Amino acid sequence: MQGLLRYFRRNLSLVVGSAMLLFLLAFIVIGHFIVDVEDARALSVRPLQPPSWRYPFGTDRQGRDLLAVMVAGTPLTLQIGFIAGILGVGIGTVLAFVAAYYRGWADTIIRGIADIGLTVPGLLVLIIIAVGIPGGLSVNQMALVVASLAWLNPTRTIRAQVLSLRERGYVEIARMSGMSGPAIIVLELMPNLLPYLAATLVNAVSGAILASIGLEVLGLGPIDAPTLGMTLYWVNFNAAMINGWWWWWLAPTTIIVLVFLGLFFVTVGLDEYANPRLRRSA
Amino acid sequence: MNAILKVEGLKVEFDHPLGAVKAVDDVSFALQPGERLGLAGESGSGKSTMALSLLRMIKPPGRITAGRVSLDGTELSALDHEAMRHLRLAGIAMVPQGSMNSLNPVIRIKAQFADAFRDHGLKLSSAELDARVAELLRTVGLRPHVADLYPHELSGGMKQRACIAIAICLRPKVIIADEPTSALDVVVQRQVMETLARVQRDLGCAIILVGHDMGLMAQFVDRLGVMYAGRLVELAPIAEIITRPRHPYTQALISSLPSLEKRGAMQGIPGLAPLLRDLPPGCAFHPRCPRAEARCTTEKPAVREVAPNQQAACHFA
Amino acid sequence: MHLIDILRRCGVFVLIVWLAASLNFFLPKLSGQDPVRTKLLQQAQLGGYVQQGIDEMVKVYETRFGLDRPLWQQYLSYLGDVVRGDFNFSIANYPRTVWDMIAESIPWTVGLLGMTTLLSFVIGTILGALLAWPRAPRWMAWLMPPLWALHAIPFFLLGLILMYLLAFQVQWLPIFGGYSMGAVPSLSVAFVLDIIRHATLPALSIILVAVGGWALSMRGMMVTTMGEDYVVFAEGKGLRSLTIFSRYCLRNAILPQITALALALGQILSGAVLVEVIFGYPGIGTLLYQAIRENDHFLIQGIVFTVIVSLGLATLLLDLVYPLLDPRISYRRT
Ligand SMILES: Nc1ncnc2c1ncn2[C@@H]1O[C@H](COP(=O)(O)OP(=O)(O)OP(=O)(O)O)[C@@H](O)[C@H]1O
Ligand code: SF4
Ligand SMILES: [Mg+2]
Repeated sequence: MQGLLRYFRRNLSLVVGSAMLLFLLAFIVIGHFIVDVEDARALSVRPLQPPSWRYPFGTDRQGRDLLAVMVAGTPLTLQIGFIAGILGVGIGTVLAFVAAYYRGWADTIIRGIADIGLTVPGLLVLIIIAVGIPGGLSVNQMALVVASLAWLNPTRTIRAQVLSLRERGYVEIARMSGMSGPAIIVLELMPNLLPYLAATLVNAVSGAILASIGLEVLGLGPIDAPTLGMTLYWVNFNAAMINGWWWWWLAPTTIIVLVFLGLFFVTVGLDEYANPRLRRSA
Repeated sequence: MNAILKVEGLKVEFDHPLGAVKAVDDVSFALQPGERLGLAGESGSGKSTMALSLLRMIKPPGRITAGRVSLDGTELSALDHEAMRHLRLAGIAMVPQGSMNSLNPVIRIKAQFADAFRDHGLKLSSAELDARVAELLRTVGLRPHVADLYPHELSGGMKQRACIAIAICLRPKVIIADEPTSALDVVVQRQVMETLARVQRDLGCAIILVGHDMGLMAQFVDRLGVMYAGRLVELAPIAEIITRPRHPYTQALISSLPSLEKRGAMQGIPGLAPLLRDLPPGCAFHPRCPRAEARCTTEKPAVREVAPNQQAACHFA
Repeated sequence: MHLIDILRRCGVFVLIVWLAASLNFFLPKLSGQDPVRTKLLQQAQLGGYVQQGIDEMVKVYETRFGLDRPLWQQYLSYLGDVVRGDFNFSIANYPRTVWDMIAESIPWTVGLLGMTTLLSFVIGTILGALLAWPRAPRWMAWLMPPLWALHAIPFFLLGLILMYLLAFQVQWLPIFGGYSMGAVPSLSVAFVLDIIRHATLPALSIILVAVGGWALSMRGMMVTTMGEDYVVFAEGKGLRSLTIFSRYCLRNAILPQITALALALGQILSGAVLVEVIFGYPGIGTLLYQAIRENDHFLIQGIVFTVIVSLGLATLLLDLVYPLLDPRISYRRT
């Protein structure tokens, strides 16, 4: 514990990133107590009010209370990110272990698919999938759509990492002492891989959120969910920028920036933990 | 005889959040012109760190905290960055570990010579360069056309020969070779070692050979230094070390060899190598030492002359 | 460089194009019903704005894919069309042809995204290399946090913020589009300046975000490279810091960056969607977006095909250039 604290003091990125995410969490939790999330629906309040005591974040043109939208929407956006990220890294980890452990044709196929998949323009595929689903997407469907490509990058990077750990001899030693295949993987590699997996997960979550917001800004998201991306879509749709309704985009923009910066600094921190070599030269 | 390289009280530490690591601790020795000095010791005992510190190439978090190194009377710590740079290769040259990766993979062998000549202020025409490179390659037993190849087109032994050729291209006074053959297979190892020995003799320079292979050492070096936990615990002519080792660590090392004729590598001795960050008090070797007594747990043994030309750091040597 | 190898790489490229074309041809057939017919009929029923062209189009459509002809004949004539760059008419914008529309928007996209990709690559790679170099000026370290922070933000958000500051608040730059309304496209200085003014905002938001990414990956590669044995030996050879930096570190660390650049260039056409839609830029991204929204089947097919070809082109380019940079990859062995 003491050691952890001392480590935190040196790993500033991790602290800053965690602080940002905790702040968002506090915002969501406290927000649920002080606003009625029902006001995140259209036609709930008077439209186009600039920020005031009554509506601290203002209201939009369709009569949503933007504070309520943020309180209700931020967790939805995070939900999309985490579902897609966890699915992606989960699938990626399994495939990477299979590829790196069994090598041979299993490795060739998995690596081949991942490599080809990564050259395919992701957003384009997601757009085509999203358009193809009739009747618009729900929040969870959105997460699945994003997850359908989110495993490619984790598969490739985790595979490389497992291979390099393997080369460092952890596995050879375990093999000599007579452990079986899966046991070697879990017992010998996992502890060394965990910080790296954590960094990959945070990265994947951030990537998934980015992709989902991208789709939403294009109008391909869950039309009646108050996610951050959909809010941006309405901002664009109503040309809030040109009309001078600055509060409409200020709130979602700030929160999205916080989400991404928070996730980013946590990744940098975890990377630093997993790969001290980068730290030394910094 | 005047020493060509003199090392006095050299200390290198690595900063670490849990306390500094003394990788080289108060090492002193003198190298005579043309002499071949071996450095042995188990992994982590500080051999490579010391080799690099002679070239002042220790990188953060490591730093040289004390000591003097002088080459032919020139104190190295007094040199500025530029002068120190010129001294590398021209004064003290390193032969890298034979790890297959010491040559820049994207430029031709000749260009790797040319870089060295140019940065040391030699302006050679392209014909002169060709001639010199060919000559150097010939010296190490490589054919001239190797100059136009890329590193990946050479075998491990050829690459290491090329590295030796680069190392001697400015006729250094001292060569430092850190496990120059460790990554090569046995037959090639011997050939490369012979090449190194020959060019060293022809140049008349001194050499410090770092290595694990006691058999190789026995054949190759004049004197052997044994390092333990950053300290030079014994230094003596190779024959003395093999027949009459004085330090208990050296004794354990020698007796653990299967037989010198079989060119065995050091097998290691009972007990765990100490954690440099957390060395035992007194003599660092005492937890593993068969001859340890109460005094050894509190009092650090100084290096002293235990016989003519033979020094050791042990209370009872 | 061997002619045979070059020809082989080109062969692979042709193969990719052929595969993409075949996919385009067969995939819709697999789904059983014909999306084009459906769409045409739909529009005919709606009596929308394409009404006047619809009969003609159905006729062209019928003869071209002559449902009476056997599949392989249809396929062959389709391949012939592809080779001639004939992708049919746009459904939503009849009588404009798909190829016309694509050809019109490609220069915009390639201009904006090609420029910004190259610029951010160059700036980012240089910055990243310097950031990893111990002898770089101290103040450079201060560049890192803002670069990283910018990199973490989605560029369209940055675009939004910049739009507000530069186009709305101070009104230095136009907010929307590829050129001014009413400006007549020509090669005059005024028009070029107009284009540049319109491109500045989207370009700035892309570059500010992308530079951080390139810098980050380059710095990582540099750190790895600086630990390599050949760099240690180079220092032992007493080479100048600058020689070590440029010829030993940078020269090696840049290789993966080049690979990434080729991929990034290949992704330009598809990556353009978001930027172009947000900034109302008349490139292929906007075109694709509209095509998807309007379910303009032929247009989507044409763009997807173009995108795959551009990816193939980027890979071809990389394959041809890379061996010149990395002698370990020779033409003959791979
Ligand atoms: N870059 C570094 N950072 C931190 N500590 C280091 C670093 N390099 C070396 N050390 C410390 O210095 C000690 C000596 O390392 P060194 O490489 O000199 O040993 P060695 O005798 O050459 O071992 P080997 O026979 O394995 O090559 C190590 O135990 C390690 O604790
Ligand atoms: S000083 Fe004591 S412990 Fe150290 S080597 Fe000598 S006898 Fe052993
Ligand atoms: Mg060593």
